[in-house]
Amino acid sequence: MSILVDENTRLLVQGITGNEGTFHTRQCIEYGTNVVAGVTPGKGGSKMDNVPVFNTVEQAVRDAGANASMVFVPPAFAADAIMESADAGVALVVCITEGIPTIDMMRVKRYLCGKPTRLVGPNCPGVITPGKCKVGIMPGFIHKPGRVGLISRSGTLTYEAVDQLSRRDIGQSTCIGIGGDPIVGSTFVDLLKLFQQDAKTDAVVIIGEIGGTAEEEAAAYVKAHMTKPVVSFIAGMTAPPGKRMGHAGAIISGGKGTASEKIAAMRAAGISVCDSPASIGETVASVLQGR
Amino acid sequence: MKIHEYQAKELLKKFGVAVPRGRVAERPEDARAIAEELGGPVVVKAQIHAGGRGKGGGIKLANSPAEAEQAARAIIGMRLVTHQTGPEGRIVKRVLVEEAGKISRELYLGMVIDRVSESPVIMASEAGGMEIEEVAAKSPEKILKVTIDPAVGLQPFQIRKLCYGLNLAKELSGKVGRMISGLYKAFMECDCSLAEINPLAVTEQGEAFALDAKMNLDDNALYRHEDLKALRDLAEEEALEVEASKHNLSYIKLDGSVGCMVNGAGLAMATMDIIKLHGQMPANFLDVGGAASSERVANAFRILTSDKNVRAVLINIFGGIVRCDRVANGIVEALKEVEVKVPIVVRLEGTNAVEARDILQKSGLQFTVADTFDDAARKAVAAIR
Repeated sequence: MSILVDENTRLLVQGITGNEGTFHTRQCIEYGTNVVAGVTPGKGGSKMDNVPVFNTVEQAVRDAGANASMVFVPPAFAADAIMESADAGVALVVCITEGIPTIDMMRVKRYLCGKPTRLVGPNCPGVITPGKCKVGIMPGFIHKPGRVGLISRSGTLTYEAVDQLSRRDIGQSTCIGIGGDPIVGSTFVDLLKLFQQDAKTDAVVIIGEIGGTAEEEAAAYVKAHMTKPVVSFIAGMTAPPGKRMGHAGAIISGGKGTASEKIAAMRAAGISVCDSPASIGETVASVLQGR
Repeated sequence: MKIHEYQAKELLKKFGVAVPRGRVAERPEDARAIAEELGGPVVVKAQIHAGGRGKGGGIKLANSPAEAEQAARAIIGMRLVTHQTGPEGRIVKRVLVEEAGKISRELYLGMVIDRVSESPVIMASEAGGMEIEEVAAKSPEKILKVTIDPAVGLQPFQIRKLCYGLNLAKELSGKVGRMISGLYKAFMECDCSLAEINPLAVTEQGEAFALDAKMNLDDNALYRHEDLKALRDLAEEEALEVEASKHNLSYIKLDGSVGCMVNGAGLAMATMDIIKLHGQMPANFLDVGGAASSERVANAFRILTSDKNVRAVLINIFGGIVRCDRVANGIVEALKEVEVKVPIVVRLEGTNAVEARDILQKSGLQFTVADTFDDAARKAVAAIR
């Protein structure tokens, strides 16, 4: 078991004919993901390798039976692409694109209200259920199938954490990059709920960072509803206030969103917070042993 | 992106927000001319991207054109230090000369995109002039908030709610209401991440205008605002950060001694943190991005080592789709171009990491190769001692 993606995922790729889109579609197929369609307006009727390309998401859903989408469309058009998938009834949209204006994402979130579509990202590495399905740009080979869930606002720091787990032979049920933007489709809380319900997930790792209050909300949820152990690392203890640390959402503004506030909230909720980013694997191992 | 007060006021004015009459001057004699034109007392205000200018001596009242010139002469060229500039301060290049009036009340008006409700929020307070964080900490009940539904935009009832909440007389309500709606339009049209009118001044004659204004723009949206892009003042930004941005490197200068070169923003922050855990401080945040080609690495080395505080460099790359052997070749190539005199500790993990270590060791260049994340930080810190 797992969450969000598995062997039943029928993926379509929006922006499949662009450089990034083509490269990562091939990587996903190589990993074993069932890519059933691509969408590039104006290129309908053609093929990318053996994948049929459609002009609209609606056609891709109707003719190829796609139930998930991976978005590689450039930032100026990405918000539109997400809404197109939601309109076509796609259940899961994973948006990799970095650099979408915040106001556009705000409108996208409003558009998604009341629709069954779940959005992950933007500005994220994607979602992977090891051994089954990869929807994103993460290196597949570092993952191992198993029973620990992982949710992160980062990219390479997530790979670092996964690597630490896999080296200790701790496999993962599903790993999700939720993205580094101020407004994202799915939050820590949204996904913690799914992991709590997933019978095949024993523990969850949260990789947070400075900016916003997503970690504090996760802490409140964990305290009130989670029975599974949660381990965390928060990046940005040494980040100065008022500076955007690479990710659009990683900024301490008005003295709010500091790593120490987040760590305190998480510890108060019973989450095992690692001081060092090098001890994530070790901490998960000791938490699992204690069960 | 940050812009100057005078630029923010010009933008707000276009959207119907009342601002004091005035213009910006780069020379003291121009300040005098503007004061003559305005007639009556004026305020001469230093234009830098930081708050707290008054306390640092960057804002002066002048009762005559001669006094305005004198004030401008004192301010232009000064090194203005405020709580937001850091101890090095900023050199003032221009002043805003504005009419000065008798103010009876100072209000606060601000707008942000709230990350929790994922909606625009307008805040207003009778406690103007202070920083809103300070008001929020001391007397949160004094802050009025309206959350705007992104689908329908700002509604008249929301403006009324704010105006009645601010205890404004009827006529004044109309004027402040127009400012609220102007602020909203400016924020949305310009893709702001923050816009503030603080203080919003009310005069004894019952007029209302933006005495000070601040607007931050969403960097991700600048592609659709050519006119706003032109407002960027590179002189206000850290020189090395500007240089890095030319090469599409995300770099932020810090005060420590271990220079960091990392792929990915989260891992870059984590690398800074682990350096501190081992007893030193990071000299910078630097994300070389996914590709980490020799050209990018060479540029990154140049920027890192122009910081004289750097006494060791830690390279931490987690190769995923990008293979570590290619990154290692990139590092070796870059070091043929750029001379780095401080010790370099390299940790490459992920795809082809073993081959990568081999390339580094056979290069004949001086590297300390680290095995793990923790080992890398320990070695970088030890290299300084």
